[in-house]
Order: sequence, then structure tokens, then C-alpha cells
Amino acid sequence: MKKNLSRFLNLLVLLAAMALVGCGARAPKEETIKIGAIVELTGDMPAVGASSRNAAELAVGALNHAGGIVIAGKRYRVELVTEDNAAKPDQSAAAANKLITQDEVIAIIGPNASLGAIPAAEIAEANRTLLITPWSTNPKTTLDTASGKPKHYVFRACFTDPFEGRVLAGFITGKLGARRAAVLYDVASEAPKSQAELFRQTFERLGGNVVAFETYTTGDRDFSAQLTKIQSAKPDVVFLPAYYNDVGLIAQQARRQGIDGILIGSDAWSSPELVKLAQGAVEGAYFANHYSTDIATPVAREFIAAYQQKYGKIPDDVAALTYDSMGLLFQALKTASAPERQAVRDAMAAISGYPGVTGDIRFTPGSGDPVKSVVMMQVKGGQFAWVTNAAP
Amino acid sequence: MSLTSASVYWLQQILNALQLGSIYALIALGYSLVYGILTMINFAHGDVFMVGGFLCFLAATLLGLPFVPTLLLTMTATAGLGVIIERMAYKPLRNAPRVSAIITALGVGLFLENLTLAFYPYPQHVPPLLLNVTWRLGGLALSSLQLIVISLSLTLMLVLDYVVRRTMVGLAMRAISWDKTYVPLMGVPMNLIISITFAIGAGLAGAAGTMYSLAYPVIDPYMGIMVGWKAFIAAVVGGIGTIRGAMIGAYILGGVEIIVVALLPSTYRDLVVFSLLLALIVIRPHGILGAPRAQKV
Repeated sequence: MKKNLSRFLNLLVLLAAMALVGCGARAPKEETIKIGAIVELTGDMPAVGASSRNAAELAVGALNHAGGIVIAGKRYRVELVTEDNAAKPDQSAAAANKLITQDEVIAIIGPNASLGAIPAAEIAEANRTLLITPWSTNPKTTLDTASGKPKHYVFRACFTDPFEGRVLAGFITGKLGARRAAVLYDVASEAPKSQAELFRQTFERLGGNVVAFETYTTGDRDFSAQLTKIQSAKPDVVFLPAYYNDVGLIAQQARRQGIDGILIGSDAWSSPELVKLAQGAVEGAYFANHYSTDIATPVAREFIAAYQQKYGKIPDDVAALTYDSMGLLFQALKTASAPERQAVRDAMAAISGYPGVTGDIRFTPGSGDPVKSVVMMQVKGGQFAWVTNAAP
Repeated sequence: MSLTSASVYWLQQILNALQLGSIYALIALGYSLVYGILTMINFAHGDVFMVGGFLCFLAATLLGLPFVPTLLLTMTATAGLGVIIERMAYKPLRNAPRVSAIITALGVGLFLENLTLAFYPYPQHVPPLLLNVTWRLGGLALSSLQLIVISLSLTLMLVLDYVVRRTMVGLAMRAISWDKTYVPLMGVPMNLIISITFAIGAGLAGAAGTMYSLAYPVIDPYMGIMVGWKAFIAAVVGGIGTIRGAMIGAYILGGVEIIVVALLPSTYRDLVVFSLLLALIVIRPHGILGAPRAQKV
């Protein structure tokens, strides 16, 4: 017993010595600049957070490997401070507060899901800190709640829900020639709710008929009552704007209930986890997406290769959008007049175009929403296959 | 909607309600059995159900077992867990104030949730173990999964009903629930019988966890909380402490949930369910089948 204790103490001393040596060796010659990342590592959509963190680390790693970043004539190393928001609104706001006040980051990337991006964006705006969300499509993220005008400090790398809704409604009435649609969505989650409502408006304007408009609440596992209602309305297509875990459950239960209409999804579908979970129930389904590896540009191919080499899998859309958000931020940092938050925000607002992995990202002055294409995908043989592009 | 399609619609909803009610019933029985014998509400029971779901996941993924061995293994393991919980957490408090036991039960539940969370912080996907076919009977869709969940639950309930009513163990359980002072003097091994009760209740929760995670194959450490509350309500509605009451209560609850979603916005579901509990407590505090017991003062 005594021997064990002394061995333990020895170990402690050794560790302390190692730590001291480590400190000495790391004597920083160049200064570092901190970037915050808020990602969904735990909670309902861990695959989203993992992809986002991977891509952010890849971007920062490549930048530091190339010698860091030069801001106003001075060279800096970039340090990424990652915070988990558990895919929850309150924890997103807390994470944004911590990054801004405690870690003193220069800008924030994330959160990805709108339910977290909206509260975090409020905090960033109030604290005059640049926030770029890779994946939040909800209009509210970049709009000021009181005035309805665009926020000054919040940008995104993806398209918005109204545009996605228009593309989906057009695709269903045009390409699929379907007129009867059912919708099942999570009424307690921001992005699915706004996507469902915008889809209904545009689909009916295009002459379609929404024959069932059903809701559930986050955490529900049994959708049988709603699906029986949908089944009795005999829809041609069923629109499911939901995150991958929900879609997997709903799609399976829908097939078990004998619903054989075509399933249609939003950009929240694109995790490869979906196909594993749904066990064939999503085969043939169509969904909107931010990019496709099938139509990759040279920039995108380079990213896909690097990501695949480091993580052993093909990057999904969250990874690609996070990489683009980091790229946008790096460009803003390079052109900023000083390594200060306000200067970085002003430099970001001055960017008019950026050749991203997810296509060309163009900003209209005074808006944090880029103008970019929606990619329509289909699940074929358990893989995501490109169908068509829809430009704004 | 014509008459036939309307009747098909409601038949389909009845099937949905039976599936949901069956799972609630298996869990509700655990609440009722334990309350019956110890007049204690075992709030960790919903989390034993959750552990059952994760054990099913482990048996199916790590051991690669098919359905029947997975079910038996999960039921055995959760039964053991139930006994361990009783021996370690509840037995030392058997003569303590009842509130101590309830707080301990909540603590055990939190422990199980966080223990699972430590190993599986993310929702896990359970592989399909059961035949997944959907039969169509003139518009009505009946899935093999639905059939298995409903029939297996009913079988387990019939077995339990038989054990409690017709066997010596059941007789001993009923005797202990009636009196804990003189019955042991007649040679009934009280601690053993209480352990058996916990084992049966937890084993049924394990079966429920297995079937739930096969029917809804995304599992997370907190999935037992809401389902556990619902099953508890089912037990209270049916008359807590009675076995047939728990079953009836569970099917009523499943039916109410499905009907509410079928007729009203889905967000009203839990409001209606919990209002039902409140209303029942006012009108018939001892539940549908429960008999009010005279309290000695």
C-alpha cells in the first residue's frame, strides 16, 4: 500500500516536471489569435457536430501548417476553441457568452442547427462579435428580432429556408409532377418548423395541395397516429423537414404503416447516418442539399481528398459548409485592418464573393445571407446521388 | 371519407394504440408490483427500462445475438439489476420514512442515466433483429413488428397474472403485501419474495426496453424518463398495486395518446395525459381497479 502511494507520488512529480519542460519548449515566438467554434457534439445530432469540428480543425491545421495568418502586417498562429452546445438553445447562448467574454475569441463559427444558432447569434450581435453559422438556414438567425432588419455581426455560409422551400415545392410540382403533399415536422424545432410552413405556402401557390400538415415534438419516438392520418389522406409525396435521427424513425414507421408516397427531405437529411438508421426506408427519397461530391469543383475535390485522408470518410454538407465558413473568416482576417473584432467584422462585410467548396458564395451588401444554389439529391442504393441544381 | 375508409382508419389507430399500450403495460406492471408489496414508488423503474434498451443494443451489436436470446439475456440482466437495486438502495431504508425511499429511488434513476451517459453520450442506433414485413388487409396495414410487440406483451402479462394468482410464489407475494409482521413468522421468506418481486418487475421492464428499442431504434440515456412517467400514470390510472389495473391503465393511456394526436394538434398529447392523471386523482384516487385500503392511525 505504502509502496503504491510512493510510486504514485513519483509519477506525479514526473508529470509535473514534464509539464514544466513542455512549457519551456513552447515559448511562443509568434502570437496566437483565437477562433471560437460552437458545435453539436452531444445531444440529438452528434454527427452534425462531429463533421463541423472535423472540418474546422482541418482548416485551422492547414492554415497553421502553412505558417499561420498575417493580419495587418503581423503573423499569428490560429487557435481553435471548441465548445459543445448539446444541440440546445440555452447551452448555445452560454457557449457564445463564454467564448466572447472568457476566451476572448476574435470571431465565432457555428452553431450549425438553427435552434442553437438563433440564440448564439443574439449574443454575438449584442457583444459586437462576428459569428458565421455554417448550416443554419432559418431566416431569424441573421435578422434582428426587434426591427426585422439584418443583424450587423451575423453571417452564414448556406442558403436560407424560404429559398429551399421554393426549390423543393418547384421540384415536386415540376420534376415529380406531384400535386398532393403531406408534411410531418417537429413543431418545437426552429428550422423544421419554418421549412414546413414556407413549404406549404409555396407549394399551394404553385397549385399543389397540402393534404395533411402534422406535427410532433422533439424527443417523440412514436409517430403512428400522425402517420395513420397521413396515410388516410393518400399523399403523392411526404415532406419530412427533420434531422437524421427523426427521419430514420419516421421513414421506417411510415413504410410499416403502408405509406408508399415518395419521401422528400430538407438539407437536414444529409448525414450518411440516415441511410444506416432508416434501413432502406429512405431508398428513392429526394432531398435538398448544400453540395454534392458528384459535381465537385477543383476546390471541393481538394477539400474532399484532404478530409478523407485525415478522417477516413467523405465530408457531408455540414463539414463542407464549416470549411467554407472558416475560409470566409480567414479571408476577413487577412483583409482586416487590425486584429480586432470590429475590424474583422468590417472586413467580412466587405467580402462580395468567395469560391467555396459548396459553390460560389456571393453576398449582397448589407446582408449576411449569401446567394447560392440548392442541390437536389436522391438516395440510390444507400448512397446520395446528385439529381439537379437549382440556382436562385 | 367513406364509411369503410373511416373504419379502416380507426382500426389502424386502434392497432397503434395497442402497440403503445403494450409497452406501457410491461413497465406499469413493475411500478404496480413494487408498490403492491412495499407501498413504495420505484422512480428508478423508467431507467431500468432504458438500461434494458441499451442491453438489447449491446447484445445485438457486440454479441451479434438474434432476437430470442437477446430478449432472454436482457430480461435476465435487468432482473438482476432490479434485485441489486433493491438490496443495495432500498432494503436499508425499509423502515425509514417513505420520503427517504422515494429520494433514493430518484437518485438510483439519476445514477443509471448518468452511468449510461458516461459510456454512450450520443443516441445509438439499434440494428433490426425482427422480421420486418407489412401485411395489407384491405387498406389496413399490419406490420410483423406490431404483431410481435403486442402478442409478446400479452403473453408475458398472462404469465405474470397466472404466477401471482395461482402459484405459491404469487400467494407469498400477496401475503407479504398484506402484512409484513406476522406473515414472515409463518415461514414466508420475506426478503426472498421481495427480491423476486423486484426481479419480475425489472425483467418485464427489460422486455419492454428490448421491444421499444426494436420498434423505435434510436436510444439515448434519457429515453426512460418520459416513458417511465407515462407508465407510472398508467399504473395509477388502473389502480396502483393491482396487476390487472396496470394493464388496463396502460391500454387506456395508449388509446388516449393516439386519439388526442388523431383529433387535436400533437402538442396537446402530454397535456391531456397529465390532466387525466390529475382528474383521476380528484375523482377516484385509488384508480379504476384499486380498492381504498383503510389506514390504521
